Order: sequence, then structure tokens, then C-alpha cells
Amino acid sequence: MAAAATCGTGAGSTASVASAASKSKVTSFQRRGPRASGTDSGGLRLVSIAGTRPSVRNGQLLVSTGLPALDQLLGGGLAVGTVLLIEEDKYNIYSPLLFKYFLAEGIISGHTLLVASAKEDPADILQELPAPLLDDNCKKELDEDVCNHKTPESNVKMKIAWRYQLLPKMEQIGPVSSSRFGHYYDISKRIPQELIEASNWHGFFLPEKRSSPLKVESCSLTHGYLKLLQFIQNIIYEEGFDGSNPQKKKKNILRIGIQNLGSPLWGDDICCTENCDNSHSLTKFLYLLRGLLRTSLSACIITMPTHLIQNKAIIARVTNLSDTVVGLESFIGSERETNPLYKDYHGLIHIRQIPRLNNLICDESDVKDLAFKLKRKLFTIEYITKLKSYGLQDQKYFLTGHLQRKFAMKKNPFRGSYTLKKTY
Amino acid sequence: MFPELNNLLNITPDRAEQGKLTLLCDAKTDGSFLVHHFLSFYLKANCKVCFVALIQSFSHYNIVGQKLGVSLTSARERGQLVFLEGLKSSVDVFFQANEEPHPLQFLREANPGNLQPLFEFVREALKPEENGEAAWRCPVLLVDDLSLLLSLGVGAVAVLDFVHYCRATVCWELKGNMVVLVHDSGDAEDEENDILLNGLSHQSHLILRTEGLATGFCRDVHGQLRILWRRPSQPTAPRDRSLTYQYKIQDKSVSFFAKGMSPAVL
Repeated sequence: MAAAATCGTGAGSTASVASAASKSKVTSFQRRGPRASGTDSGGLRLVSIAGTRPSVRNGQLLVSTGLPALDQLLGGGLAVGTVLLIEEDKYNIYSPLLFKYFLAEGIISGHTLLVASAKEDPADILQELPAPLLDDNCKKELDEDVCNHKTPESNVKMKIAWRYQLLPKMEQIGPVSSSRFGHYYDISKRIPQELIEASNWHGFFLPEKRSSPLKVESCSLTHGYLKLLQFIQNIIYEEGFDGSNPQKKKKNILRIGIQNLGSPLWGDDICCTENCDNSHSLTKFLYLLRGLLRTSLSACIITMPTHLIQNKAIIARVTNLSDTVVGLESFIGSERETNPLYKDYHGLIHIRQIPRLNNLICDESDVKDLAFKLKRKLFTIEYITKLKSYGLQDQKYFLTGHLQRKFAMKKNPFRGSYTLKKTY
Repeated sequence: MFPELNNLLNITPDRAEQGKLTLLCDAKTDGSFLVHHFLSFYLKANCKVCFVALIQSFSHYNIVGQKLGVSLTSARERGQLVFLEGLKSSVDVFFQANEEPHPLQFLREANPGNLQPLFEFVREALKPEENGEAAWRCPVLLVDDLSLLLSLGVGAVAVLDFVHYCRATVCWELKGNMVVLVHDSGDAEDEENDILLNGLSHQSHLILRTEGLATGFCRDVHGQLRILWRRPSQPTAPRDRSLTYQYKIQDKSVSFFAKGMSPAVL
């Protein structure tokens, strides 16, 4: 969050810039605009970065998580410089979807990606990202244009289906840096190969890094975490996300995705035993990662199998060290699967924590009963506030006296019309 | 600072008490608004403040401080505020192995024995001026938060030792104040945290405990604050005074009201 400040201090002399900025700050008025949060150097004019927008509450820079519904629940989006922790569901079916949405959003917005996993090769993860959602209208246009080899009319305004106008046009080969915030994705389709190739991404696959020697002594961090931390720090420094390279004209966001952190594949045993030797490894990693993120233009998603962690104290500490925590609870295998209240949904989603950044308060949603559903193409999040009509199928509630009696007679269909005439 | 909280605690920036340890504790809710309160309170009271901020960045406290009427950047420049930014320094300490001692050098060690470098940093920051002129009223140490040290591998006993040393120096020797924040893990059974919390509860003069409402989330009442005045030096003193209020946090202030008297309900 102090990324812009480091840019300013890197460019000129520290004391003069800082003191000039502080002397000019007579009021506490914060200019709201597309700029990175927490900048002390008031004189810098920051260019807005694609795929980000300032928060309406405090001008904090936000990125989309890839699911517009989740963005809304988190108060507009994920703040740059913070960690989004996804507590995995029991069989790890739905949390990879959120992970992939986050990465796909990064590709569409033109951000740099850093994908870390101990289980799957990052290249394979990127192949499985969902494709941006195209309406059939758009697709017909696309086929037509491809056949006719003519440049698409990008200024065709759709009057009725105006929302589809804002979706990225797939015929653009190259980085599709759409200016829109938050896109919809089609899970049944894969992302086009050209988009992946046009994007800038770095992969960290733990089995490949096992053999390389350590530069820093182990100091209670697991080998896997240490290598990952060094890798992330390297990328941030070399590509200038921390403002260390003021010559770089175009600022960009680094989206970091870490899959299954804390699982035994990373070399950590918190999921295996209750009294583990290295119980501080994960929390130390999260703290150092937080330090790296706060001083750079990056956002991170971590999926963690918290249901496997034996020691509840570690879960509490991990929650305190993460900024935004979202828990997924799927109904598979639990007694809720047969509960009629949940019959339309696949699981519950719990927003456990939302950070209060640069503020005393945060934008919490009032509704806490949220459920998700995986349809064929979309992952949707809905409120469970359905009113069910209990009782007879055709029972009507608000009727005046005589009509109630008339309909009540329907219960005995074998009585002839003679009976009905009698009541009238 | 929040004027309503000042009224409840019966303190003003002009008449700040000295030699007190205040414990801030939060259970199932976020008690960080109290940290912002005390930071702005002591800066307005013209005290020299040493802030060990481990959990958030400097700009976060600065922006909230500006809403509360203090500027941390100008306080830092004129020497009133000594700010240890844990997040930024941790990355430097960890990746660049320097030989000189750093307050956070326990990050480099596998099993840190004690927090002596951190204590040396605090003592150095709050030591009185050599020329004898007291530019500031009294030194204050603010720590946000101590539970984080447990997550970083420091033992509960080492943290309690650190607090003890700081209390001896800051509260007794320099006649200053200390404010520390500890999270209460509740039913998460964090033994080390419980040791730390219990140990500090017995040493502190004032305990401010924020809790979430027992009935769950409410839009108009964000939580409950329990204020407990203690006299640790006289364990046989008459019963400590305790008050409970409910609060609602707004954009620039916090409003307190008696239990059940929320303006939304009345």
C-alpha cells in the first residue's frame, strides 16, 4: 500500500519530497481518484491501472476476484496489497474454481500472474482457466467477421442487451485489457490459448525447486515456503511491482495465486498432527508474505485446507494474519445434502473476515446466509431467503371468508356438485 | 481519539495518568479502533510515543489518524513519534542478513529465545533527552499486537518477559504509559495466547475488552466494551470497578451507549 510512496522516494530526495507533502497537508481531505492507496507524496500523478478501480469508501485501489457477486460481498473487490484466504471445502471441488476465476480475471485485465502450486504444474492450471462469457449474439458476430475477414465494428452500440457490449471481444488477438471491472466466465469452456500466450505469467511448481540450494538459513520456515517467498520477492523486485524501478512507465498489478497452502505437499505437517514441530512455519510465511504485498502493487489468493488443520489455534492465527477470509462449505456427504432448505444449492459460503483498511469500519454485507450453486456455466452466490409455502399444494393464503369455504370443499372431490350447490 | 471514550474513561489529554499499563483485548471482533484512539490521544496529549506496529502499515494508521485529527507523518518528523513498521522491516530483516542487531531479528531465528533487541529498541526510542529539557510530557509505548509475536515463533514466556522489562523501564523508571493489544482466541484453545492474556490481565491497571455481541452480527451495534479498572499493586483492594457499554463504529468516531440503549432500538 505504500507502493506509490516508495516510487516518490525513489525518484527524488526523501526528505524534501516528504516534508513538502506534509507541509501542504493542512486538511485531512483525501483526494479520491484512481490512485494507489496510502501515498504520502501528494505531488505524483498516478495513471490508472487496467482492471482496477478505487473503492467508494476510501479511495483504496481494488481488483476484481473474478466473481462479481463475491466482489460485491467483499465491499467492491479485493484491495491491492492484501491476501484473500479461501478455506477449502471438504473435497476441494469448489475452491479451485474461485482460484481459477481469480487468475482468469488477471489474464483478461492484463495483469501479471504468479501461480504457485505443489500439486499441479502451473502451466496445466492455466490451461484449465474458464473462458470469458460470450453471449450468442456476440458469437454470431464473431463467426461472421471471421468468415468475412473484415475488422469488427467496435462501435456498434447494443440498445437492449447493453451489458454484452462491455464483454471483451474475443476476436482481438493479444492482451485483452478490458477497462471493465469484473467479468463473467463460462466454466464449460477453456480460455483461448492466445490469451494465455499473450499474458505475462510466472509459475512456481514445488517439485521442480526441491534440489536448488538455499541462500538463507532455514530459520523455522519449511523449505517449500522459503523457496516460494524468495521466488515471489524476486519477481516483485525484478518486475518493479514495488516501485523500485521508477523508469517503468506502465504500472501493473501482480496477481499471486497459491494453491493448497499448508497441505503436506508443501512439506508442512500442520494438517497431519496436532502437536507439530514447525507450527510457526505457516504463520511466519503469511506474515512475511503480507509484508511483501503491502509494499507492492499485488494481490494474492491462497486456498488452504483448513478443515484438515488439527490445531484450532493455528486456524485462528492464520485468520488474523490474512486480510479477507472466505470459507466454503459444500454439502457433499453431509446431512445438509438432504435438507429441503438447501436443495437448490451446492454449499454455503461464509465471509468470515473483511479487512478494515485505512478506515475504522468496513463494508460488511448484512446478509450472512449465503449459498453457492455450480451451474453448468456459472458459479453463482445467492442469499437463502426463500419463502416456502408449507401445506397443501393449492392452498391460498389471503382469502375472504366465503371463498375460503368454497376452496376448502375441494378437499373432497368425490362429493358431487350437489354439495356445492347446497352451500350456496 | 474519541471524546465519548474519554468521558467513559474519565481522562483528558491534559490530565493523562502516568505509570499505567493498559491492556486492550478483543474477542470475536476487531478491537483495532482502540489502538487508533490511544495513538491519537497520546499524540494530542503531547507525549512521546513509541509505536511498535506489527500488523498494519504506516499509511493505514496515518490515514485513520488524519480522520481523528493527528498527522503521523508530522509527528514522526518532529520526533514525537517513533514508528517501527513491522511489515516493511520484516522483509528487509529476513532477506538481507545484516550483522547489526535489528529489533525484529527474531524472525531470522528458528526458536527465538527472547525479545531483547526489541526491548533495546524501545528503550533507545523512549530515553529522555540528554540536555534535560523535557520536550514531551511522558513516554508512551504502544504495541499492536502482541499475539502476533506468538505466531512468529516467540514463546509466551518470552513475550511476558518483554512486557515486564518494558514496564519496568517505561512505566516505573520513566513514569510513562504502556498500551498493548492482545487477541483473545476464545474457544480456539490457543494455550500460549491464554497464558499471555492471563499474565497481562494480572499486571494491567486498565483492561478494555471488546467483544462481539453474543447474539451475533448486528448492523447498529458493533460490539460490547467492558472497562475494568484494576489496582495490581494492591491485590487485596476492594473489588475492581467495571463498566460495560455497547458501541457503534462510524466513519470518524465511535458512539457508546448503555446496553440495550442503542439509538436504533429506541
